[in-house]
Amino acid sequence: MPRMGAASMDERPGLFVRAVDRDGGSIEFTIDGSPMTARAGDSLLAAILTNASLLRRLEFGGEPRAGFCLMGACQDCWVWLDDGRHVRACTTAAVAGLGVRTTPPALAEIRNV
Amino acid sequence: MSNVVVVGGGPAGIRAACMLAAHRLRPVLLDEARNVGGQGYRAPSPGLRLDMDALMGGEAAKYHALQAAFASIRDQIEYRPGTLVWAIEGKTLHVATDEGSSTVSFDALILATGAMDRIMPLPGWTLPGVFALGGAQVSLKDQGCFIGRRVAFCGSSPLLNLAALQYRKLGADVVAVCDTTPLGAKVRAAPQLAAAPRTMMRGISYLTSLMRAGTPMLHGVTLLRIEGKSRVEAIIVRDCRGRERRFACDAVALGYGLKPEAQLAELAGAEMRFDATSRLWLPKIDADGRAGRSLYLAGDSVVIGGADAAEASGELAARAVLSDLGIVHARSVARGLRRRVFRLRRFQRALARAFVWPANRVKDLSDDVALCRCENVSVGEIRRAMDQALGPIEVNRVKAITRCGMGRCQGRVCGPALQELVASHAGIPIEAAGRLRVQAPVKPIPLSVARTLAE
Ligand SMILES: Cc1cc2nc3c(=O)[nH]c(=O)nc-3n(C[C@H](O)[C@H](O)[C@H](O)COP(=O)(O)OP(=O)(O)OC[C@H]3O[C@@H](n4cnc5c(N)ncnc54)[C@H](O)[C@@H]3O)c2cc1C
Ligand code: FES
Repeated sequence: MPRMGAASMDERPGLFVRAVDRDGGSIEFTIDGSPMTARAGDSLLAAILTNASLLRRLEFGGEPRAGFCLMGACQDCWVWLDDGRHVRACTTAAVAGLGVRTTPPALAEIRNV
Repeated sequence: MSNVVVVGGGPAGIRAACMLAAHRLRPVLLDEARNVGGQGYRAPSPGLRLDMDALMGGEAAKYHALQAAFASIRDQIEYRPGTLVWAIEGKTLHVATDEGSSTVSFDALILATGAMDRIMPLPGWTLPGVFALGGAQVSLKDQGCFIGRRVAFCGSSPLLNLAALQYRKLGADVVAVCDTTPLGAKVRAAPQLAAAPRTMMRGISYLTSLMRAGTPMLHGVTLLRIEGKSRVEAIIVRDCRGRERRFACDAVALGYGLKPEAQLAELAGAEMRFDATSRLWLPKIDADGRAGRSLYLAGDSVVIGGADAAEASGELAARAVLSDLGIVHARSVARGLRRRVFRLRRFQRALARAFVWPANRVKDLSDDVALCRCENVSVGEIRRAMDQALGPIEVNRVKAITRCGMGRCQGRVCGPALQELVASHAGIPIEAAGRLRVQAPVKPIPLSVARTLAE
């Protein structure tokens, strides 16, 4: 994944940009197995979207989605976790050690074959 | 003692709980959110170094007052955050928490469930980087994050300029504010808006601050499409002189005002009727918020009125509960509140003329535009289903055939546009196209909860 820096803005991997700082330390988690860093207190959605430009891919067609209402109404932000849980990212707190998957487990397994 | 339950911890629900607590009723306050305050007066998540006073400007005092009011009644009520009410049967609420599902019974129920953005789709609106306008504010207040670095604010809503200004204040690049309502319509609504001079002046000051800062402010635009390969790269609009303009950006905030979250009210038995001003079906209430036996509605969940109306209508609904329980309270105060709520809600009707829902745009949407995000149903699929011999012209039938509105959001996002599409394609008035009916659960319940229910 491209890293942020002097490179052009569109190479910035995350959609979200932090406007203000947080107290509290950083936490480690993974997206599709790749290590990522977020901040304690982040929602799972903010944790993912400050690192990546999508939350999940649609089961059919694989179109990327990144949530929409950010208030628990549209249900566009449900992501799978490595432990099999399916959670609504905008209303779930990010915790250290979470493994997020952008594709449903079955689809991910097929791709890995 | 009577068991009074309030659903929703925004300004309406908090003021209702305060009134009930003052009469020692020890109400139960249920809120899906983990932090109190609702949408407009949402408190930042823990540890966020956000200066709410700077962000909220003139409204900061009201925010602090509401949070303080809640703190002062905290141990006189039973507050249960993180609690979703997902169904209502008789006098029983079905609730879900992280721990599982349970029920809460009530003698009187006040619903103060707020509102969400109303959306008219456009090509590219499902791309990552397009968010609801209210969501753009939530990400800032709740998470201290911009939805992107270069953001276009598009649609038509009193919150459009406010959100754009909040983003600017904190250092985002606001590439344009594209209001789809022509300036002329705003000027024509001005005499009615002058009924609330402070609110009108606040609106004008947002506009002038943005203009002084050099933000392109467009009125009367048509939003043509959002472009991008796997995320937003630009928005293309047609300005009021007919010129096509392209604004490079990495995020778009989109909204056309708010629509009530009235699903629980409907499940609880409130009568729904068509409101011609907003072109929405709204619960029917009396002047105090009564919607049926033991059922009271307050705040933006009934009709959009804004935060001040939410506070006043919350207290008013609680006073109606007191009256109906035969508990003495100051009736003269209730009369004042009734007038205030009436005035504030009437003002919002004038606002609807200054920030117009673009009902006609639905006709111009090309067949390949997704209407339903959940089930990925396109505008063309709906038109084709309707065009068949004996094809449906009623929204619930269209829903059953196409699955549009049947997904996880229960038509919250696509509902208003679907109703417009069905009406316009059938060539009938929108109220004749029917009303999307709600079903429990009003929001998806976690699998663990569904499992405990199955056992
Ligand atoms: C996303 C968004 C952002 C907004 N931002 C602003 C702003 O910055 N400034 C402004 O002036 N106005 C803003 N508004 C307008 C806002 O609607 C009003 O100002 C005000 O918050 C309305 O108050 P309320 O008490 O009626 O509802 P809300 O404040 O919306 O509170 C409703 C509460 O009900 C809870 N709830 C809903 N359904 C359920 C359920 N089924 N079970 C349990 N709990 C439930 C919600 O979690 C929420 O806490 C915003 C609106 C939205 C939708
Ligand atoms: S983004 Fe809409 S529910 Fe999470």
